[in-house]
Amino acid sequence: MRGAGFFDIPSDLQTSYLGLIGLHVEEALIPVAIGLAIALPLGQLCVRFSWLYAPVLWVTTVLYAIPSLAFFIFLIDYTGATRTTVMIPLTVYSLVLLVPSIVDGVRSVPQETMSAATAMGFGPVQRYLKVQLPIAVPAIVAGLRVAVASSISLVSIGALIGNQGALGNLLQDAILYHRSNLAMNSVVTTAVLAVLMDIALVLLRMALTPWMPRGGRAARRAARTAAVEPTARPALEDTTV
Amino acid sequence: MSIFQFISDFFRDSAHWHGQSGIPHRTLEHLQYSFMALGIAAGIALPVGLVTGHTGRGGNALALIATAARALPSYGLLVLMFFWLGIGLTPVMIPLVALAVPPILVNSYEAMRTVEPSPVDAARGMGMGPVAVLFQVELPVALPLILSGLRSAAIQVVSTTAIAATVSLGGLGRFVIDGLYQRNYEIVVGGATLIAGLALAMIALFWLVERLTVSPGVRGGR
Repeated sequence: MRGAGFFDIPSDLQTSYLGLIGLHVEEALIPVAIGLAIALPLGQLCVRFSWLYAPVLWVTTVLYAIPSLAFFIFLIDYTGATRTTVMIPLTVYSLVLLVPSIVDGVRSVPQETMSAATAMGFGPVQRYLKVQLPIAVPAIVAGLRVAVASSISLVSIGALIGNQGALGNLLQDAILYHRSNLAMNSVVTTAVLAVLMDIALVLLRMALTPWMPRGGRAARRAARTAAVEPTARPALEDTTV
Repeated sequence: MSIFQFISDFFRDSAHWHGQSGIPHRTLEHLQYSFMALGIAAGIALPVGLVTGHTGRGGNALALIATAARALPSYGLLVLMFFWLGIGLTPVMIPLVALAVPPILVNSYEAMRTVEPSPVDAARGMGMGPVAVLFQVELPVALPLILSGLRSAAIQVVSTTAIAATVSLGGLGRFVIDGLYQRNYEIVVGGATLIAGLALAMIALFWLVERLTVSPGVRGGR
Protein backbone atom coordinates (compact mmCIF):
# COMPACT_ATOMS: atom_id res chain seq x y z
CA MET A 1 0.00 0.00 0.00
CA ARG A 2 1.38 3.37 -0.93
CA GLY A 3 2.15 5.85 1.80
CA ALA A 4 1.22 3.72 4.78
CA GLY A 5 4.65 3.21 6.36
CA PHE A 6 5.62 4.36 9.83
CA PHE A 7 7.32 7.52 8.58
CA ASP A 8 4.94 8.21 5.69
CA ILE A 9 3.23 11.44 6.65
CA PRO A 10 -0.16 12.06 4.98
CA SER A 11 0.13 14.86 2.46
CA ASP A 12 -2.65 16.92 4.08
CA LEU A 13 -0.20 17.91 6.81
CA GLN A 14 1.88 19.61 4.11
CA THR A 15 5.19 18.85 5.75
CA SER A 16 7.68 16.05 6.24
CA TYR A 17 8.37 14.06 9.40
CA LEU A 18 11.34 16.26 10.22
CA GLY A 19 9.24 19.32 9.44
CA LEU A 20 6.69 18.23 12.04
CA ILE A 21 9.45 17.71 14.60
CA GLY A 22 10.87 21.17 13.90
CA LEU A 23 7.44 22.71 14.20
CA HIS A 24 6.76 20.85 17.44
CA VAL A 25 10.04 21.95 19.03
CA GLU A 26 9.37 25.53 17.97
CA GLU A 27 5.82 25.59 19.30
CA ALA A 28 6.96 24.03 22.59
CA LEU A 29 10.17 25.94 23.29
CA ILE A 30 9.33 29.50 22.24
CA PRO A 31 6.65 29.70 24.98
CA VAL A 32 9.09 28.36 27.60
CA ALA A 33 11.69 30.94 26.54
CA ILE A 34 9.18 33.79 26.72
CA GLY A 35 7.88 32.40 30.03
CA LEU A 36 11.40 32.42 31.43
CA ALA A 37 12.01 35.96 30.20
CA ILE A 38 8.92 37.14 32.09
CA ALA A 39 9.42 34.89 35.13
CA LEU A 40 12.95 36.09 35.92
CA PRO A 41 12.04 39.73 36.62
CA LEU A 42 8.69 38.72 38.15
CA GLY A 43 10.44 36.26 40.47
CA GLN A 44 12.95 38.92 41.45
CA LEU A 45 10.10 41.32 42.26
CA CYS A 46 8.51 38.63 44.45
CA VAL A 47 11.80 38.16 46.31
CA ARG A 48 12.25 41.90 46.77
CA PHE A 49 8.69 42.59 47.88
CA SER A 50 7.69 39.43 49.68
CA TRP A 51 4.08 40.59 50.15
CA LEU A 52 3.73 40.27 46.39
CA TYR A 53 4.48 36.54 46.33
CA ALA A 54 1.23 35.27 47.88
CA PRO A 55 -1.11 37.07 45.43
CA VAL A 56 1.14 36.17 42.48
CA LEU A 57 0.98 32.51 43.53
CA TRP A 58 -2.80 32.72 43.78
CA VAL A 59 -3.16 34.17 40.30
CA THR A 60 -0.73 31.69 38.76
CA THR A 61 -2.37 28.70 40.47
CA VAL A 62 -5.74 29.73 39.03
CA LEU A 63 -4.28 30.37 35.56
CA TYR A 64 -2.51 27.01 35.60
CA ALA A 65 -5.80 25.27 36.34
CA ILE A 66 -7.44 26.49 33.12
CA PRO A 67 -7.43 23.45 30.83
CA SER A 68 -5.39 23.93 27.67
CA LEU A 69 -8.29 23.02 25.37
CA ALA A 70 -10.52 25.66 26.99
CA PHE A 71 -7.70 28.20 26.93
CA PHE A 72 -7.13 27.62 23.19
CA ILE A 73 -10.80 28.05 22.45
CA PHE A 74 -11.15 31.31 24.38
CA LEU A 75 -8.20 32.66 22.39
CA ILE A 76 -9.49 31.66 18.93
CA ASP A 77 -11.79 34.67 19.05
CA TYR A 78 -8.77 36.99 19.37
CA THR A 79 -5.86 35.28 17.63
CA GLY A 80 -7.65 32.83 15.31
CA ALA A 81 -6.84 29.14 14.86
CA THR A 82 -3.14 29.87 14.62
CA ARG A 83 0.08 28.79 16.27
CA THR A 84 -0.05 31.93 18.40
CA THR A 85 -3.25 30.60 19.97
CA VAL A 86 -1.39 27.46 21.02
CA MET A 87 1.70 29.27 22.21
CA ILE A 88 0.01 31.86 24.46
CA PRO A 89 -1.40 29.33 26.97
CA LEU A 90 1.88 27.39 26.93
CA THR A 91 3.68 30.62 27.79
CA VAL A 92 1.32 31.17 30.71
CA TYR A 93 1.82 27.61 31.98
CA SER A 94 5.61 27.94 31.72
CA LEU A 95 5.47 31.22 33.59
CA VAL A 96 3.40 29.60 36.33
CA LEU A 97 5.86 26.73 36.67
CA LEU A 98 8.95 28.94 36.61
CA VAL A 99 8.05 31.73 39.06
CA PRO A 100 8.03 29.48 42.19
CA SER A 101 11.24 27.76 41.06
CA ILE A 102 13.01 31.07 40.61
CA VAL A 103 11.72 32.51 43.90
CA ASP A 104 12.75 29.36 45.81
CA GLY A 105 16.12 29.30 44.10
CA VAL A 106 16.94 32.94 44.75
CA ARG A 107 15.69 32.71 48.33
CA SER A 108 17.92 29.71 48.96
CA VAL A 109 21.01 31.93 48.70
CA PRO A 110 22.36 32.19 52.27
CA GLN A 111 22.47 35.61 53.90
CA GLU A 112 26.23 35.25 54.55
CA THR A 113 26.85 34.78 50.84
CA MET A 114 24.87 37.93 50.09
CA SER A 115 26.78 39.85 52.76
CA ALA A 116 30.09 38.59 51.41
CA ALA A 117 29.11 39.77 47.92
CA THR A 118 28.17 43.19 49.29
CA ALA A 119 31.46 43.36 51.20
CA MET A 120 33.31 42.63 47.97
CA GLY A 121 31.74 45.74 46.51
CA PHE A 122 29.01 44.15 44.39
CA GLY A 123 26.06 46.39 43.64
CA PRO A 124 22.52 44.97 43.56
CA VAL A 125 22.62 44.22 39.82
CA GLN A 126 26.04 42.56 39.92
CA ARG A 127 25.04 40.65 43.04
CA TYR A 128 21.96 39.36 41.25
CA LEU A 129 23.78 38.37 38.06
CA LYS A 130 26.96 36.96 39.60
CA VAL A 131 25.76 35.48 42.89
CA GLN A 132 22.00 34.95 43.22
CA LEU A 133 21.25 33.77 39.69
CA PRO A 134 24.09 31.20 39.45
CA ILE A 135 23.21 29.73 42.85
CA ALA A 136 19.56 29.56 41.78
CA VAL A 137 20.42 27.67 38.56
CA PRO A 138 19.62 24.15 39.89
CA ALA A 139 16.17 25.27 41.08
CA ILE A 140 15.48 27.18 37.85
CA VAL A 141 16.51 24.22 35.71
CA ALA A 142 14.27 21.97 37.81
CA GLY A 143 11.36 24.27 36.92
CA LEU A 144 12.44 24.38 33.27
CA ARG A 145 12.43 20.59 33.07
CA VAL A 146 8.78 20.44 34.14
CA ALA A 147 7.85 23.38 31.89
CA VAL A 148 9.52 21.91 28.79
CA ALA A 149 8.04 18.44 29.35
CA SER A 150 4.51 19.78 29.82
CA SER A 151 4.89 22.16 26.88
CA ILE A 152 5.98 19.37 24.53
CA SER A 153 3.04 17.23 25.66
CA LEU A 154 0.49 20.05 25.34
CA VAL A 155 1.43 21.23 21.85
CA SER A 156 -0.28 18.09 20.52
CA ILE A 157 -3.64 19.28 21.86
CA GLY A 158 -3.40 22.18 19.41
CA ALA A 159 -4.42 19.62 16.78
CA LEU A 160 -7.97 19.85 18.11
CA ILE A 161 -8.37 23.52 17.12
CA GLY A 162 -7.45 22.93 13.49
CA ASN A 163 -4.10 21.28 12.78
CA GLN A 164 -2.02 23.49 15.03
CA GLY A 165 -0.57 20.61 17.03
CA ALA A 166 2.56 19.71 14.99
CA LEU A 167 3.18 16.05 15.91
CA GLY A 168 -0.31 16.03 17.43
CA ASN A 169 -1.76 16.47 13.94
CA LEU A 170 -0.60 12.91 13.28
CA LEU A 171 -3.11 11.76 15.90
CA GLN A 172 -5.99 13.39 14.05
CA ASP A 173 -4.84 11.83 10.78
CA ALA A 174 -4.43 8.47 12.54
CA ILE A 175 -8.14 8.55 13.40
CA LEU A 176 -9.14 9.99 10.01
CA TYR A 177 -7.25 7.39 7.95
CA HIS A 178 -7.42 4.51 10.48
CA ARG A 179 -3.66 4.27 10.68
CA SER A 180 -2.57 3.33 14.18
CA ASN A 181 1.09 3.53 13.16
CA LEU A 182 0.67 7.30 12.83
CA ALA A 183 -0.56 7.50 16.44
CA MET A 184 2.35 5.31 17.53
CA ASN A 185 4.74 7.52 15.61
CA SER A 186 3.33 10.64 17.28
CA VAL A 187 3.51 9.21 20.81
CA VAL A 188 7.01 7.78 20.44
CA THR A 189 8.45 10.87 18.72
CA THR A 190 6.90 13.23 21.28
CA ALA A 191 8.15 11.13 24.19
CA VAL A 192 11.66 10.87 22.71
CA LEU A 193 11.69 14.64 22.15
CA ALA A 194 10.71 15.22 25.78
CA VAL A 195 13.39 12.85 27.07
CA LEU A 196 16.09 14.42 24.86
CA MET A 197 15.15 17.91 26.02
CA ASP A 198 15.25 16.73 29.62
CA ILE A 199 18.75 15.32 29.15
CA ALA A 200 19.83 18.56 27.47
CA LEU A 201 18.58 20.56 30.46
CA VAL A 202 20.41 18.31 32.93
CA LEU A 203 23.62 18.78 30.90
CA LEU A 204 23.00 22.52 30.84
CA ARG A 205 22.70 22.57 34.62
CA MET A 206 25.94 20.65 34.99
CA ALA A 207 27.69 23.06 32.64
CA LEU A 208 26.36 26.11 34.47
CA THR A 209 27.19 24.85 37.96
CA PRO A 210 30.73 23.48 37.67
CA TRP A 211 31.24 23.87 41.44
CA MET A 212 28.61 21.28 42.27
CA PRO A 213 29.78 17.70 42.88
CA ARG A 214 29.02 15.41 39.95
CA GLY A 215 27.07 12.22 40.29
CA GLY A 216 26.41 10.58 43.59
CA ARG A 217 24.13 12.10 46.19
CA ALA A 218 24.01 15.64 44.88
CA ALA A 219 22.78 14.57 41.46
CA ARG A 220 20.19 12.25 42.95
CA ARG A 221 18.92 14.97 45.24
CA ALA A 222 18.63 17.31 42.25
CA ALA A 223 16.67 14.62 40.39
CA ARG A 224 14.25 14.29 43.29
CA THR A 225 13.76 18.05 43.55
CA ALA A 226 13.04 18.19 39.85
CA ALA A 227 10.39 15.51 40.22
CA VAL A 228 8.17 17.61 42.48
CA GLU A 229 6.11 19.90 40.32
CA PRO A 230 6.43 23.53 41.35
CA THR A 231 2.66 23.95 41.26
CA ALA A 232 2.12 20.80 43.30
CA ARG A 233 3.59 22.54 46.30
CA PRO A 234 1.10 23.83 48.84
CA ALA A 235 1.06 27.12 47.00
CA LEU A 236 -2.09 28.47 48.55
CA GLU A 237 -0.69 28.20 52.04
CA ASP A 238 2.92 29.03 51.28
CA THR A 239 2.73 32.61 52.40
CA THR A 240 5.28 32.50 55.19
CA VAL A 241 8.66 33.96 54.39
CA MET B 1 -20.22 38.61 18.16
CA SER B 2 -18.04 38.60 21.23
CA ILE B 3 -17.04 35.51 23.13
CA PHE B 4 -19.12 36.60 26.11
CA GLN B 5 -22.19 36.84 23.89
CA PHE B 6 -21.59 33.22 22.80
CA ILE B 7 -21.23 32.11 26.41
CA SER B 8 -24.40 33.79 27.60
CA ASP B 9 -26.34 32.46 24.58
CA PHE B 10 -25.13 28.96 25.34
CA PHE B 11 -26.22 29.05 28.96
CA ARG B 12 -29.54 30.76 28.19
CA ASP B 13 -30.62 28.16 25.66
CA SER B 14 -32.89 25.87 27.65
CA ALA B 15 -32.25 23.02 25.20
CA HIS B 16 -28.77 22.75 26.68
CA TRP B 17 -30.10 21.94 30.12
CA HIS B 18 -32.01 18.73 29.43
CA GLY B 19 -31.42 15.11 28.56
CA GLN B 20 -28.44 12.91 27.75
CA SER B 21 -26.46 15.73 26.19
CA GLY B 22 -27.57 18.41 28.64
CA ILE B 23 -25.22 20.36 30.85
CA PRO B 24 -26.13 18.58 34.13
CA HIS B 25 -25.71 15.09 32.67
CA ARG B 26 -22.44 15.93 30.90
CA THR B 27 -21.03 17.55 34.04
CA LEU B 28 -21.94 14.50 36.07
CA GLU B 29 -20.27 12.22 33.49
CA HIS B 30 -17.17 14.38 33.55
CA LEU B 31 -16.96 14.25 37.34
CA GLN B 32 -17.56 10.51 37.31
CA TYR B 33 -14.65 9.82 34.92
CA SER B 34 -12.37 12.27 36.69
CA PHE B 35 -12.96 10.96 40.20
CA MET B 36 -12.73 7.36 39.01
CA ALA B 37 -9.29 8.03 37.49
CA LEU B 38 -8.23 10.04 40.54
CA GLY B 39 -9.43 7.27 42.86
CA ILE B 40 -7.54 4.55 41.00
CA ALA B 41 -4.41 6.71 40.83
CA ALA B 42 -4.60 7.55 44.55
CA GLY B 43 -5.16 3.87 45.35
CA ILE B 44 -1.92 3.01 43.58
CA ALA B 45 0.24 6.03 44.33
CA LEU B 46 -0.68 7.00 47.91
CA PRO B 47 0.36 3.75 49.63
CA VAL B 48 3.57 3.47 47.60
CA GLY B 49 4.49 7.12 48.14
CA LEU B 50 3.70 7.09 51.85
CA VAL B 51 5.61 3.88 52.55
CA THR B 52 8.68 4.84 50.52
CA GLY B 53 8.66 8.33 52.02
CA HIS B 54 8.32 6.92 55.53
CA THR B 55 11.28 4.60 55.08
CA GLY B 56 13.14 7.18 52.98
CA ARG B 57 14.05 4.60 50.36
CA GLY B 58 13.34 4.33 46.67
CA GLY B 59 13.17 8.08 46.12
CA ASN B 60 15.45 7.94 43.09
CA ALA B 61 13.33 5.28 41.43
CA LEU B 62 10.19 7.36 42.07
CA ALA B 63 11.82 10.48 40.62
CA LEU B 64 12.77 8.50 37.53
CA ILE B 65 9.23 7.16 37.12
CA ALA B 66 7.74 10.64 37.53
CA THR B 67 10.12 12.20 35.02
CA ALA B 68 9.52 9.43 32.51
CA ALA B 69 5.74 9.61 32.95
CA ARG B 70 5.83 13.34 32.33
CA ALA B 71 7.37 12.72 28.91
CA LEU B 72 4.30 10.73 27.83
CA PRO B 73 1.86 12.86 25.82
CA SER B 74 -1.58 12.22 27.28
CA TYR B 75 -3.54 13.08 24.14
CA GLY B 76 -1.34 10.74 22.12
CA LEU B 77 -1.84 7.97 24.67
CA LEU B 78 -5.61 8.47 24.48
CA VAL B 79 -5.61 7.99 20.71
CA LEU B 80 -3.23 5.05 20.89
CA MET B 81 -5.34 3.28 23.53
CA PHE B 82 -8.40 3.94 21.37
CA PHE B 83 -6.69 2.02 18.56
CA TRP B 84 -5.58 -0.83 20.81
CA LEU B 85 -8.62 -1.23 23.05
CA GLY B 86 -11.46 0.37 21.10
CA ILE B 87 -14.22 2.56 22.49
CA GLY B 88 -14.89 2.31 26.20
CA LEU B 89 -13.89 3.35 29.66
CA THR B 90 -10.66 1.33 30.00
CA PRO B 91 -8.78 2.98 27.10
CA VAL B 92 -9.57 6.36 28.63
CA MET B 93 -8.75 5.40 32.21
CA ILE B 94 -5.23 4.21 31.37
CA PRO B 95 -3.87 7.60 30.19
CA LEU B 96 -5.78 9.46 32.91
CA VAL B 97 -4.37 7.25 35.67
CA ALA B 98 -0.89 7.48 34.12
CA LEU B 99 -1.28 11.24 34.25
CA ALA B 100 -2.47 11.37 37.86
CA VAL B 101 -0.04 8.91 39.45
CA PRO B 102 3.24 10.92 39.27
CA PRO B 103 2.16 14.06 41.18
CA ILE B 104 0.45 12.00 43.89
CA LEU B 105 3.39 9.62 44.15
CA VAL B 106 6.15 12.21 44.28
CA ASN B 107 4.30 14.55 46.60
CA SER B 108 3.33 11.90 49.13
CA TYR B 109 6.93 10.66 49.10
CA GLU B 110 8.34 14.15 49.63
CA ALA B 111 5.68 14.91 52.25
CA MET B 112 6.60 11.93 54.39
CA ARG B 113 10.33 12.32 53.84
CA THR B 114 10.42 15.97 54.86
CA VAL B 115 8.46 15.57 58.11
CA GLU B 116 10.69 17.19 60.71
CA PRO B 117 12.31 14.65 63.03
CA SER B 118 11.83 16.70 66.19
CA PRO B 119 8.04 16.26 66.59
CA VAL B 120 8.45 12.57 65.74
CA ASP B 121 11.08 12.23 68.46
CA ALA B 122 8.89 14.16 70.88
CA ALA B 123 5.98 11.81 70.15
CA ARG B 124 8.18 8.78 70.72
CA GLY B 125 9.42 10.33 73.94
CA MET B 126 5.82 10.70 75.05
CA GLY B 127 5.47 6.95 74.65
CA MET B 128 3.64 6.75 71.31
CA GLY B 129 4.05 3.53 69.34
CA PRO B 130 5.01 3.46 65.65
CA VAL B 131 1.37 3.27 64.49
CA ALA B 132 0.33 6.20 66.68
CA VAL B 133 3.33 8.21 65.50
CA LEU B 134 2.38 7.53 61.89
CA PHE B 135 -1.29 8.44 62.18
CA GLN B 136 -1.16 11.16 64.82
CA VAL B 137 2.08 12.91 63.97
CA GLU B 138 3.60 12.12 60.58
CA LEU B 139 0.43 12.00 58.44
CA PRO B 140 -1.11 15.21 59.86
CA VAL B 141 2.16 17.08 59.32
CA ALA B 142 2.55 15.67 55.80
CA LEU B 143 -1.09 16.27 54.83
CA PRO B 144 -0.76 19.71 53.13
CA LEU B 145 1.85 18.48 50.66
CA ILE B 146 -0.08 15.24 50.04
CA LEU B 147 -3.22 17.27 49.30
CA SER B 148 -1.35 19.53 46.88
CA GLY B 149 -0.26 16.47 44.96
CA LEU B 150 -3.86 15.28 44.79
CA ARG B 151 -5.02 18.75 43.73
CA SER B 152 -2.46 18.93 40.95
CA ALA B 153 -3.52 15.47 39.76
CA ALA B 154 -7.22 16.37 39.94
CA ILE B 155 -6.77 19.51 37.83
CA GLN B 156 -4.80 17.65 35.18
CA VAL B 157 -7.31 14.81 35.09
CA VAL B 158 -10.27 17.18 34.72
CA SER B 159 -8.64 18.96 31.78
CA THR B 160 -7.53 15.77 30.08
CA THR B 161 -10.94 14.10 30.52
CA ALA B 162 -12.22 16.89 28.26
CA ILE B 163 -9.92 15.65 25.52
CA ALA B 164 -11.26 12.12 25.96
CA ALA B 165 -14.31 13.25 23.98
CA THR B 166 -12.20 12.93 20.80
CA VAL B 167 -12.24 9.18 21.29
CA SER B 168 -16.00 9.04 21.78
CA LEU B 169 -16.35 9.42 25.51
CA GLY B 170 -19.01 11.60 27.15
CA GLY B 171 -18.29 14.41 29.56
CA LEU B 172 -17.99 18.14 28.95
CA GLY B 173 -15.46 17.65 26.15
CA ARG B 174 -18.38 16.50 23.98
CA PHE B 175 -19.66 20.08 23.68
CA VAL B 176 -16.26 21.29 22.47
CA ILE B 177 -15.49 18.43 20.08
CA ASP B 178 -19.02 18.20 18.62
CA GLY B 179 -19.24 21.97 18.37
CA LEU B 180 -15.94 22.10 16.48
CA TYR B 181 -17.22 19.49 14.01
CA GLN B 182 -20.51 21.32 13.52
CA ARG B 183 -18.69 24.67 13.41
CA ASN B 184 -21.07 25.81 16.14
CA TYR B 185 -18.90 28.22 18.06
CA GLU B 186 -21.54 28.87 20.70
CA ILE B 187 -21.44 25.25 21.89
CA VAL B 188 -17.63 25.14 21.69
CA VAL B 189 -17.17 28.20 23.86
CA GLY B 190 -19.92 27.12 26.26
CA GLY B 191 -18.25 23.73 26.73
CA ALA B 192 -14.85 25.35 27.25
CA THR B 193 -16.37 27.60 29.90
CA LEU B 194 -17.82 24.60 31.71
CA ILE B 195 -14.49 22.72 31.59
CA ALA B 196 -12.58 25.72 32.93
CA GLY B 197 -15.21 26.20 35.61
CA LEU B 198 -14.92 22.59 36.70
CA ALA B 199 -11.13 22.85 36.94
CA LEU B 200 -11.46 25.97 39.08
CA ALA B 201 -14.05 24.18 41.22
CA MET B 202 -11.37 21.55 41.89
CA ILE B 203 -9.08 24.22 43.34
CA ALA B 204 -11.93 25.41 45.54
CA LEU B 205 -12.74 21.85 46.59
CA PHE B 206 -9.18 21.09 47.62
CA TRP B 207 -8.86 24.44 49.38
CA LEU B 208 -11.94 23.51 51.38
CA VAL B 209 -10.68 20.00 52.16
CA GLU B 210 -7.40 21.49 53.30
CA ARG B 211 -9.21 23.95 55.57
CA LEU B 212 -11.24 21.15 57.10
CA THR B 213 -8.60 18.45 57.51
CA VAL B 214 -5.26 20.16 58.09
CA SER B 215 -4.68 20.96 61.74
CA PRO B 216 -4.44 24.71 62.44
CA GLY B 217 -1.05 24.16 64.04
CA VAL B 218 0.36 22.73 60.83
CA ARG B 219 -1.42 25.25 58.62
CA GLY B 220 -0.04 28.21 60.53
CA GLY B 221 3.36 27.70 58.94
CA ARG B 222 6.68 27.09 60.55
